[in-house]
Amino acid sequence: MIPELGHFALILALLVALVQASVPLTGAALDAPRLMSVARPAARAQALLVALAFGCLAWAFVSNDFSVQNVATNSNSELPLHYRFAATWGSHEGSLLLWTLMLGGWSFAVTLFSRNLPPPLLARVISIMGLISVGFLLFLLLTSSPFERLVPPAAEGRDLNPLLQDPGMVFHPPLLYMGYVGFSVAFSFAIAALLGGRLDATWARWSRPWTTVAWSFLTIGIALGSGWAYYTLGWGGWWFWDPVENASFMPWLTGTALIHSLAVTEKRGAFKSWTVLLAIVAFSLSLVGTFLVRSGVLTSVHAFATDPARGVFILAFLAIVIGGSLALFAWRAANVGLGGNFSVVSRESMLLANNILLAVAMASVLLGTLYPLFLDALNLGKISVGPPYFDAVFYPLMAPAVFLMGVGPIARWRQAPLPELLTRLKWALGVGAISALILPFVLGRWSPLIAFGLFLAAWVFAATVASLLARVKSSHRGSILSALRANSLSYYGMLLAHLGVGVFIAGVTLVKGYEVERDVRLDVGESVAVGRYEFKFLGVKPGPGPNYRALTGAVEVRKDGRLIETLKPEKRIYNASGQPMTIAAIDTGFLGDLYVSLGEPVDGNADNIAGAWGVRVYIKPFVDWIWMGAFLMALGGLLAVSDRRYRLAIGRRAAAVAAATPAAAAAD
Amino acid sequence: MKAVRWSIPLAIFIILVAFLYVGLWRDPREVPSPLIGKPAPSFALTQLQQPSQTLTNSDLKGKVWLLNVWASWCVSCREEHPLLMRLAASKVVPIYGLDYKDDPGAGKAWLAQNGDPYTASIVDRDGRVGIDYGVYGVPETFVVDKQGVIRYKQIGPLSLEALQQKILPLVRELDK
Repeated sequence: MIPELGHFALILALLVALVQASVPLTGAALDAPRLMSVARPAARAQALLVALAFGCLAWAFVSNDFSVQNVATNSNSELPLHYRFAATWGSHEGSLLLWTLMLGGWSFAVTLFSRNLPPPLLARVISIMGLISVGFLLFLLLTSSPFERLVPPAAEGRDLNPLLQDPGMVFHPPLLYMGYVGFSVAFSFAIAALLGGRLDATWARWSRPWTTVAWSFLTIGIALGSGWAYYTLGWGGWWFWDPVENASFMPWLTGTALIHSLAVTEKRGAFKSWTVLLAIVAFSLSLVGTFLVRSGVLTSVHAFATDPARGVFILAFLAIVIGGSLALFAWRAANVGLGGNFSVVSRESMLLANNILLAVAMASVLLGTLYPLFLDALNLGKISVGPPYFDAVFYPLMAPAVFLMGVGPIARWRQAPLPELLTRLKWALGVGAISALILPFVLGRWSPLIAFGLFLAAWVFAATVASLLARVKSSHRGSILSALRANSLSYYGMLLAHLGVGVFIAGVTLVKGYEVERDVRLDVGESVAVGRYEFKFLGVKPGPGPNYRALTGAVEVRKDGRLIETLKPEKRIYNASGQPMTIAAIDTGFLGDLYVSLGEPVDGNADNIAGAWGVRVYIKPFVDWIWMGAFLMALGGLLAVSDRRYRLAIGRRAAAVAAATPAAAAAD
Repeated sequence: MKAVRWSIPLAIFIILVAFLYVGLWRDPREVPSPLIGKPAPSFALTQLQQPSQTLTNSDLKGKVWLLNVWASWCVSCREEHPLLMRLAASKVVPIYGLDYKDDPGAGKAWLAQNGDPYTASIVDRDGRVGIDYGVYGVPETFVVDKQGVIRYKQIGPLSLEALQQKILPLVRELDK
């Protein structure tokens, strides 16, 4: 009964979404307030209906209802409760429902925080979001219903893929989708503005917080996914340039460009058409990402069941939504103009350069991801594009962007004299150069790449501090504290996010430069020395888990001869599927991780407890800085959004800002 | 002219959609072997059942034959074994076995237990020949023509479908 209720709720949601997509839009076109006022209740009703459907599916999972096909395929009664719940989005159908739920949630949020929006704009935004909902609900109902019954019901479920039985599964997909789908708001604002022909600083101000929040969620979602891969795949990698990772990374790069471009549009009224294009592209890439994951056109570790019929549906949907938006852009953006003048050296020009670098980086990732597909489609053979391509293309593009990140916040709007910039940044340059020269020696080994990475990281830190100092110095308030307090939260958010980038770069540089990886064969009682550490293998012990059998190894770790810890890597065999899983044991530290995972028993016989095992022993200096950096970036984004100016009577303030004099803008 | 500039994103997108549409109908997991159309790498190995005799690939010139890579330790070989037995009984094409990285004693015992579909099996103890043939998953099956050129490669166990739709028609064609 419950699954049918869920199915019915989805059908109702589709009907409401059709109303939401058409009536307010018509109202905006005809200037009919009564039609426009349908927007809020329709969006809310649609969101609640989808939430109901999602709740029904989650209930089917939690209560082990194996008469539902989706539950029977992706869950098992032995599965612990939290994973049964997370299994709701462990399948193709379920994850699409989660997507749709997120979209409903974002629409609901827009209805709540839109008191100051002019009704026609709100009507258009809500209608466009409704249109996207219609597409996804149709997709769910026509090709991928999660509520299909299984006749006769299965006695037991086939179990959730063991790789997904991890806390990462509970948090990574929802957060990632929050980000992915969140860009739909910026997208809808952009399309609404193109439709209404009103693209100005006010529009940018409204779009900004939504974009930043979505971006923050996406950042955390990607970081969680990366951390998850790090400890569950058992070989210590944290980024693989896998097509599906790229599918989430491309919207992130575009979103990063969008955040910065929106800042210019809001403050200076410049880059308008570019900003609109970025807003369209960011969400389009989220949709393309969904297509890539769901259609099976690319091989990936994330592959779900693939089905060309589904692929054709999403592709048609992509063609309508993205093609339509870009056609609208081609038609209307020419009238928008670029707006605002600025000189070659100014904050605008640096943000423009940053935007171009990010966009090119995005395009290069897109090219690398789709290149195998292009060649195959042209019958030029099958190839795969791996990390060598991405590393060679991506780092050189990001390095100048990171350098500009240090200069941008200090440069003035409109015009920033070079000598002045140099004076302000010379000691930051000095800090960077000294770090590059000396730090690698302290850490063990100097190489040009390590030195360059550390230069960039130190440069970001120092330039960020320089920006704050310059602000304090130029403020005319009495104490340092009140000068600090005078800065806006969004300014501090920006600083924090930039610091996060620095922390991230430091982490990547140090782990790539100094990691030690040893794959060794160890007999029981045998040790291996890695750097200052000694790892002694004490053998494995069998033991039961909730829904698996485990072999737990014990590895004593000594540093300079002193026992510091016993690590317990695991090898699991899941009861329902018989699939093996490797769980690494990681000693996490601020200065780096000790990472031990079990390979295979040397004689191939896992029941031989006294036998030798292949053991992977990795030392990963500063690896956690990678994720720490990402969290700082996200935190910076959230801090920026909590700035009170976004909560003030937006319309009034925005009008004032649009008319602001260059002097006022420069002081901001 | 100005309108053209604003249409560039749309144009790029249309091209992208065309590629994605074509890509939808292809299987990215289907990896062609570089060996197809190339002469089968040469070998000279002792036979499993008659260790005093060696078999070389030039002995097989002039007939169409299958090379089936198997091992006693290989689990999925058991899956395809009944098919191989039926194929051998039909005498459509001789099957030669490559006992890959296996102990000859274990290999012989395995054949004694499960039946021997092979005209002859050769012993590739250190896996050298397997490497020449690009073996990366056992079982694998190659179709070699009268001139000694590899015409088809099946990765993983044979299925009835692959046998009926690909291998047997190909063998018949090559036998003409």
